[in-house]
Amino acid sequence: MTWLRAAACVVVLALVALFPAVAGNYPVKLLQEILIWGIFAMSLDLLMGRAGMVSFGHSAFFGLGGYVAALALKAAPGMLASLVWPALAAALAALVIGFFAIRVSGVYFIMLTLAFSQMFYAYAFQVAWLGAEDGIIGVPRASLLGVSLASAVPFHLFLVLVFALAGFTLWRVARSPFGHVLQGIHENEGRMEAIGYAVRNYKLLAFVIAGMVAGVAGACYTQLNGSISPDAFFWTTSGEALLMVIIGGTGTLAGAVLGAAAFILLQSLVSTYTERWMLILGVTFILFVLFAPGGLVGALRGRVGLRA
Amino acid sequence: MPFLADLAVQALNGLAYGALLFLLSVGLTLIFGMLDVVNLAHGSLYMLGAYAGLAVIGVTGSFWLALLVAPFAVGLVGVGIERTCLRPLYRRPVLDQVLLTFGFVYLFEDLIKWIFGGKIRSIPPPALFSSSVTIGGFTYPSYRLFVIAFGLIMAVALWLLIERTRLGSIIRAGVYDAEMTAGLGINIHRVFTGVFAFGAALAGLSGVIAGPIQSAYPAMGVSILIPALIVVVVGGLGSLKGSLAGSLIIGQAETFGKAWLPEAAMLMIYVVMALVVLLRPHGLFGRPLK
Repeated sequence: MTWLRAAACVVVLALVALFPAVAGNYPVKLLQEILIWGIFAMSLDLLMGRAGMVSFGHSAFFGLGGYVAALALKAAPGMLASLVWPALAAALAALVIGFFAIRVSGVYFIMLTLAFSQMFYAYAFQVAWLGAEDGIIGVPRASLLGVSLASAVPFHLFLVLVFALAGFTLWRVARSPFGHVLQGIHENEGRMEAIGYAVRNYKLLAFVIAGMVAGVAGACYTQLNGSISPDAFFWTTSGEALLMVIIGGTGTLAGAVLGAAAFILLQSLVSTYTERWMLILGVTFILFVLFAPGGLVGALRGRVGLRA
Repeated sequence: MPFLADLAVQALNGLAYGALLFLLSVGLTLIFGMLDVVNLAHGSLYMLGAYAGLAVIGVTGSFWLALLVAPFAVGLVGVGIERTCLRPLYRRPVLDQVLLTFGFVYLFEDLIKWIFGGKIRSIPPPALFSSSVTIGGFTYPSYRLFVIAFGLIMAVALWLLIERTRLGSIIRAGVYDAEMTAGLGINIHRVFTGVFAFGAALAGLSGVIAGPIQSAYPAMGVSILIPALIVVVVGGLGSLKGSLAGSLIIGQAETFGKAWLPEAAMLMIYVVMALVVLLRPHGLFGRPLK
């Protein structure tokens, strides 16, 4: 069963990697957006689906990764600027925010994470050195191992590789003993504490890992568009990621990616026909929450109400 | 004396903004306290209120009629949301309700863009308060004084309603323990609908009140939501007193921040919130969650 799944993953990734050979620019760009938002949604799913920590401020790490990548790539394009600094910065921010946020849970956690991400938004929106409301534009792409990512094919393969690595890492984390402790915290925090787990440390580590991966997603986003704006920090970005996870099905990494794909395809599909995509998106989400609480994965499994 | 005059103007601006936040956050905090729902669409209801007010003024020319009709209309929208969408979700995890209301944020914002267009529309203050008054050496728009007074009156009225009437005691009981209240023979579902509609109406009311100060634009809902949520967190979820205290604090922090520390202005309210949450994790007047 497991090898079958692994084989399926490899086949899908190969197809995704080969996609530019058969498709035009626009579908490829959509696919790349799906990959990036997929990374972001998967990282959020580790928090939500595993640890049961519903963060409404995950955009803080996405935006931070994006801004750090933009600044670093402008200063010295390279591997460090493209992935390492953004990941480290996001992890550090997650450590600090998490230190405060994990002291509370449930709705307070939602609100506190929300407020922290808005702090980043407020700052980025206001200061000149981050380009204020326009953000940072004209960000170059790096050269990795002598291959310039400025051309289309290497960049696509780079995204696929980052996506695969992020997905594999999160999958390993979720499957590890650590991941099982998170699951235990999700199901009964008091009992986990009673049997001797340092619940706070586990939650903090989960928050940092999720933040770091979100930072990587943000860095990729900057490199895809060549720019980053304060909107990346705005609370609706977090909300969209949450919706992706919910649409796909909470607690499954594949669901998060599926949700991201559904979100982005729906958005592009609807916006080609009508300007009213926000309205249709809104209605779709309302219907999803009401009638398909298990998300796409839950519906595929034919078990409405599935909850990992 | 320019410094003192400036101080007074800023303090009054802070009070006016605080009065707005109060009207908005009361609904938010009551809805949360009773229904356990973080209503992300609360800002959107505020926006709907402003546009409903705009429409009424457009047709009748009367601000006062708008102040009466808009809350009623938004309250009806609230009844619709609670009855058709929220009710089926009460037994589900809290996140489902949060996301549902997030869907409404999109829906309402785009709907308003569709009907009214995306431009900023100004709402004129009522003729009675369209001028400025001079108080001890500085002039101040009289409409803002009206907003402060109105907020004060509403605070007293709400306090009387919640603390001194039978309905109020049912609401307080529901906030404390909805199931037990239902067990005592109260039709809790009707109270839920009522509280949600009441909160929505207050949001609509504050939208109309905000109109002459901040104008109406489709994104006004998503931008006011965060300060309102912060007020609720600072004051403590489910607490009327907390909502008042939080509004006053956040109102002052925001306006004085803008005037005196423009570089850090947008950060001020978050700093205040972080401090409060660190020192009192459940807000100034909140109690730990069950």
